[in-house]
Amino acid sequence: MTPSGSEGVVLVVVDHQGATVRTPALELLTAARSLGRPEAVWLGAEAPSAAVLEQLGAHGAAVVHHLGVDPSGMLPASVAAVLGVAVEATGARTVLLVSTFENKEASAHLAFALQAGLVVDAAGVERADDGALVTVQQAFAGTWTLRSAVTTDRAVVALKANAVPAEVVDGAAVPSVVPHDVAVVAATRDAELLQRTERPVSERPSLTEAQVVVVGGRGTNGDFSQVEELADALGGAVGATRVATDEGWIGHEAQIGQTGVTISPRLYVGAGVSGAVHHRGGMQSSGTIVAINNDPEAPIFEIADYGIVGDLTTVLPQVAAEVRRLRAEAGEG
Amino acid sequence: MKIVVCVKHVPDVQADRRFTDEGLVDRTQGDGTLNELDENAVEAALALVEAHGGEVVALTMGPADAEDAVRRALQMGADQAVHVQDDALAGSDVFATAGVLAAALRRIGEDGPVDLVVTGMAALDGLMSVVPSLIAAELGLPQATLAAELAVEDGAVRVRRDLDDATEVVRAPLPAVVSVTDQSNQPRYPNFKGIMAARKKPVTAWSLADLGVDPATVGAAGARTRVLEATPRPPRENRVLVNDDGDAGTRLAAYLVQNRLV
Ligand SMILES: Cc1cc2nc3c(=O)[nH]c(=O)nc-3n(C[C@H](O)[C@H](O)[C@H](O)COP(=O)(O)OP(=O)(O)OC[C@H]3O[C@@H](n4cnc5c(N)ncnc54)[C@H](O)[C@@H]3O)c2cc1C
Ligand SMILES: Nc1ncnc2c1ncn2[C@@H]1O[C@H](COP(=O)(O)O)[C@@H](O)[C@H]1O
Repeated sequence: MTPSGSEGVVLVVVDHQGATVRTPALELLTAARSLGRPEAVWLGAEAPSAAVLEQLGAHGAAVVHHLGVDPSGMLPASVAAVLGVAVEATGARTVLLVSTFENKEASAHLAFALQAGLVVDAAGVERADDGALVTVQQAFAGTWTLRSAVTTDRAVVALKANAVPAEVVDGAAVPSVVPHDVAVVAATRDAELLQRTERPVSERPSLTEAQVVVVGGRGTNGDFSQVEELADALGGAVGATRVATDEGWIGHEAQIGQTGVTISPRLYVGAGVSGAVHHRGGMQSSGTIVAINNDPEAPIFEIADYGIVGDLTTVLPQVAAEVRRLRAEAGEG
Repeated sequence: MKIVVCVKHVPDVQADRRFTDEGLVDRTQGDGTLNELDENAVEAALALVEAHGGEVVALTMGPADAEDAVRRALQMGADQAVHVQDDALAGSDVFATAGVLAAALRRIGEDGPVDLVVTGMAALDGLMSVVPSLIAAELGLPQATLAAELAVEDGAVRVRRDLDDATEVVRAPLPAVVSVTDQSNQPRYPNFKGIMAARKKPVTAWSLADLGVDPATVGAAGARTRVLEATPRPPRENRVLVNDDGDAGTRLAAYLVQNRLV
């Protein structure tokens, strides 16, 4: 066990859509500062723009490694192979990624190749006094908290969105860009990506990154308009239970839970959601949990900070209207 | 086609799940079941064999109770099963698990090549969703994972996978590893005939020695992460439960403002 010292390079894989950096990547850079020297990794056919460099620098990246391939055309095993180039070039012992299904798979391949320890869905990461990397995870639908130490020299950690707030560093310099040639490595895989269709970007914040998520379940009876109305009043995203997505009331990508998206927003509002264990697994680490359900026995009330026993069709519009009124009163329009 | 489906025995999600003092999943409560998401994997394998011919082998690694998981797969319709069991495996991490499953897959392949390895999208105890990728890495096979839809044609598997912000179509030449999501199918329920037939189906037991796996590389000692602390989450404090008497929505808005949530 040779723990990496705080001098060590911590590589942060920057998730981005086109030229826009996703907020969780900035959270990772913030987290990386307490672990060592953050250096960003940018996968893209084009080098990062000046604006992106400034943003990454402001969040603590000293260097940006440019791997010149288009990640949207690649499968996880190839992504890992390409990331391996940056790891070898920098001698980094720690690699951080945003915990998404795609990144978890790439993390597995990367950790396999590096013989590194692997933690996915981490809710926190820190450096112990003895230099070991320590992570925090939620388990069993959020009913248990685990702290684990990586016992290998190298570590690959996929950190959940909203695990740490993104913070800028004062007076940061613009990072330098180091290009790496990865074309050969990227091309050596035998599964083929035939087609990739990006979902249109919603006007609302993305589900994983949103600070507020309003979720509708079977109790909406198929009408999501009031759920959407409250989400918009709160500036949040719209989520759903599996029942609601299976019924086709909303797209599958909105499903929160063990087989859907895992979220940790500051505020979760569930309307007509019973709180099945499969659903709780994806939302129980939310900051404040609000539940609106007409059945006082609904299990979601066991984990709700604020529960309302009532009909969502009367409660939701009332909250939305009152929130808008209070905001207008406070001069926010 | 010879399909091996990997199934895991996990504590029932509806039960009171716990960790041991050593920070391992407590598997001694006797309320384990076949991981629900692996029922989708078994279903996918059975449907492919029904369409293309061949056989389904269910494979599990785990303690004695884990045999229940492959038994369930046999009841659903798998033809035979393999159970890798060894005291040295307790506390194995995902790398050891994938290494042992890969060794068993190679061994199964000695009696006729394996065309497809099918897994669930996640084991509902650890929820890592990484074992399928690690099996692919171990065996040097292409993967087509998180399949919401899958088909085998022209010596390749073709899957549709729905990711957070994109949908992909992936093609992997056989032999390959696929994982299937809970959207991919509706698992069949074993009928009486299936349950009776399963009693006569063989379950082969292998130890690490049978597979030529060094016990030092598996188990808690070989794990790349060590749990320092496992604590049940304390109940949330200051919980409020109100009945709607007509103004609950207004009061909730006030609560949100007061707690700076808007
Ligand atoms: C392997 C597996 C994986 C799964 N993964 C997921 C997952 O990732 N995410 C997920 O969500 N589910 C998942 N499920 C399904 C899960 O078990 C539940 O079936 C589902 O979460 C229930 O959805 P629901 O709360 O909308 O519906 P229900 O459980 O039917 O609850 C509806 C609630 O609405 C209330 N209600 C009805 N009318 C009103 C009204 N007018 N006003 C207020 N309240 C009202 C009712 O009292 C009830 O509590 C999974 C299941 C399996 C087997
Ligand atoms: N011990 C095991 N035995 C057999 N299959 C397993 C085992 N662990 C994981 N798997 C398979 O790998 C999938 C993903 O598991 P995981 O990566 O642990 O979430 C499961 O759905 C199973 O199909």
